Amino acid sequence: MDGIKDKVAIVGMGCTKFGERWDKGVEDLIVEAAYEAFEDAGIEPKDVQAAWIGTVFSGLSAITLSPLQLPYIPMTRVENMCATGSEALRGACYAVAAGACDVALAVGVEKLKDSGATGVKGPSVVGDHQDGSSGIGPGYSAPASFAYLATRYFHDYNIPPEEGKRLLAQITVKNHHNGSLNPKAHFQNELTVEQVVNAPIIAWPLGLFDCCGVSDGASVAVVTRADMAKNFRDDPIYVKGMQIAVGARQGAIHQSYDFVHIEENVIGSGRAYEEAGVKDPRKEIAMAEVHDCFSIHEMIVYEDLGFSVRGKARDDIEAGSFTLEGDLPVNTDGGLKCFGHPLGASGLRMMYEVYKQLQGKAGPRQVKNPHLGLTHNLGGNAGTGVCSCFIVGNEK
Amino acid sequence: MVGITSIGVYLPIYRLGSDEIAATWAVRSTRGTKAVAGYDEDTVTMAVAAALDCINGGGIEPDGLSLATTTAPYREKQSAAIVAGVVDLPQETRTADFTGSLRAGSIALKSAIDAVSAGSLKDVVVTAADCRLGAAKGNLEQALGDGAAAVAVGSNGVIAEIEGSYSVFNDFTDYWRIEDDTYIRTTEQRFIDEVGYLPTMQEAISGLLKKCKLETNDFARIVCYASDSRQHATLARRMKFDKDKVQDPLYQSIGNTGTAAALLMLIAALREARADDRILFVSYGDGADAYCIKVTENIQKIQNNALVTDKLAGKIAINYGQYLTWKNLVAVEASTLPERSALSLPSRWRERRAISALYGVRCKKCGTPQINQIGQAIRVCVNCQAKDDFEPYKFSDKKGKLFSYAIDQLQPTQNPPGVNGVVDFDEGGRIICELTDCQPDEVAVGMPVEMTFRKMFLSRGINNYFWKAKPVSD
Repeated sequence: MDGIKDKVAIVGMGCTKFGERWDKGVEDLIVEAAYEAFEDAGIEPKDVQAAWIGTVFSGLSAITLSPLQLPYIPMTRVENMCATGSEALRGACYAVAAGACDVALAVGVEKLKDSGATGVKGPSVVGDHQDGSSGIGPGYSAPASFAYLATRYFHDYNIPPEEGKRLLAQITVKNHHNGSLNPKAHFQNELTVEQVVNAPIIAWPLGLFDCCGVSDGASVAVVTRADMAKNFRDDPIYVKGMQIAVGARQGAIHQSYDFVHIEENVIGSGRAYEEAGVKDPRKEIAMAEVHDCFSIHEMIVYEDLGFSVRGKARDDIEAGSFTLEGDLPVNTDGGLKCFGHPLGASGLRMMYEVYKQLQGKAGPRQVKNPHLGLTHNLGGNAGTGVCSCFIVGNEK
Repeated sequence: MVGITSIGVYLPIYRLGSDEIAATWAVRSTRGTKAVAGYDEDTVTMAVAAALDCINGGGIEPDGLSLATTTAPYREKQSAAIVAGVVDLPQETRTADFTGSLRAGSIALKSAIDAVSAGSLKDVVVTAADCRLGAAKGNLEQALGDGAAAVAVGSNGVIAEIEGSYSVFNDFTDYWRIEDDTYIRTTEQRFIDEVGYLPTMQEAISGLLKKCKLETNDFARIVCYASDSRQHATLARRMKFDKDKVQDPLYQSIGNTGTAAALLMLIAALREARADDRILFVSYGDGADAYCIKVTENIQKIQNNALVTDKLAGKIAINYGQYLTWKNLVAVEASTLPERSALSLPSRWRERRAISALYGVRCKKCGTPQINQIGQAIRVCVNCQAKDDFEPYKFSDKKGKLFSYAIDQLQPTQNPPGVNGVVDFDEGGRIICELTDCQPDEVAVGMPVEMTFRKMFLSRGINNYFWKAKPVSD
């Protein structure tokens, strides 16, 4: 199995401002992000030979892409929970790597704020079948499904809840600082640890500011063959590893699962490192965009992805290792917490930040001289996960 | 010998004080408390708990199950069939609902006795459960409580023989409710006592005594239904019963539990009874049923069980606002969350064994018990990947421990916050489910839990039942 390392390059990207885009529809968001990507890649819509669109709730079938008026090309809608945007990108990259087309488009979009809800449409999703429901699934919210992790993590590592909350708050404070430097982020305000720990509790120990933003947004990538990339631009970004690991709900069914790690994260990132030839992620990865849907998950991801030693994420958080000034900045654009989390767009939004960072175009958030960047999504939750882990670089 | 072979009780853990109601409305308090079904309980779920208590406690293998109630969750659709499925009885089990009258419990009892005496059935579990409502500011609001009782009737291992019975009917309008009524209607108390209740009870009792050639003095215990404590005392006085022999109706602690009330009193009396004691048992409603019951030496086998008196106290006091909300008696602000999708009846039908008795599977190759809580059947083993090599495995009667938990302020529930847990069963298997009957601040990793059958929500006229975990009640 050779993988697709250095076979595909990203040559254009676009991303809307995320947030409560009350005055914009799905079509507006798609057009806004896609035309930024077309311009960035220096192509016309007619140059696109195949397209993938990822959305969880905002449209069935690739007809969702009709606002772009692409002329009868093969188009596919994909869904893989919170890894949906990454899944769209994977489809486009695999098609190019297979030689099925030379220029492909990956679009991710979600118009969450049309649901009329302030949270991800969670309570009904977990236990419901798409065509109706047996109604026996637990009706808890997304924050609750991640609170299981925090409860168990604090328990297993003997962290008193108040200390644990302050620890998690440092992740939120970091992401808010990064978001404050990002004009496209949903939330651009700084927060203090005190504000975070004193926020209303949503699902103990997670409070309001431990939960990511619920946003509208779209993000788009134009991908092509690596050997053609320089025809489009001088600074293309090369795909090094692109892996998805989907659980079979083992953790929800089998007692062996411990609720202090996510097996899908460990396996997905391990495969991506292998494909990309990364031996020591903490040293080799220059910056990462990870799935901080809830603060506790970002903390667990540090360990699952090998950034921190198992059980020692706390030391790295307290040392500031993952801040913009740290040795491995994480969620430099504000993350899901501040950039926002329109489900289908998030994976591509992460790639947008990595792409800009690797091109040295991240403005006040720019990390020093990066060569490899990583995006990571976790769809579902503890016990029922979909992990995507992509690694890209600015050198072939 | 035909008689009662086992008993079962279920009382919700929630109590509402008369003082709390009286303070809200500035009316006089009866100074007691009433048992209130949790927001996720109803007649069926309470009857299930009482039936399981009765069946497991007595080692009964019923071939008949009946449910007596005036508050069935469905106007059309049998409650007893739901209960029989949940307690996992064979499909040949004869099921019946008895309803329409507060006397339905003792009518069901008589039917069971007749069926067993005739040899038509061997062991019948009679359940009675009610959650009746009295309107705000009225006497009934303080008087009516929720609860369930069960007795098994058979001819093996009889703990209390039915020596005789005598029934009268009486078309008398004292408590009633028509199709659209939420609350019980009633009329002048003096009229009820003097023309209805007292003469009817008297007639049934004297008929029984004559039939059995007994006198009141021959009974060690007298168990009589009444609508409330005052009426109960009036009857005892008028009948010149020996005060020490009169069974406490339990109304001050749990309220009048409707069809379950008389059976609960009988069960309380049996718990204190001695071999060879005779009990006079009289229930009332559109007539009266009087029974002569003789306790056997087997009585000791029920007297170690946790029975009605242990469950009288309740564990959690609720306020009047909670009561109104749980009973859907007050309009609450609608959730801004999107509505759940409608229930799929075909999906529920496919998953019926998982839903009703919490059946999962156990792998025949590796022995791992497993259940998929989103209600998909398991076809390939989560542990060893063997395909279709399973035996059915019941989780509903297994105890477990909380591996982790989540207390959810966003969860749509009538009793916020939502409490959820990852439950690891002691004998293997895991389920992620809701928790109920617990105080959120007492939930902890490692907490012992057991499963309880509850109502999740009502969807387009379908009562959506499933299992939750609750702290082990010892």
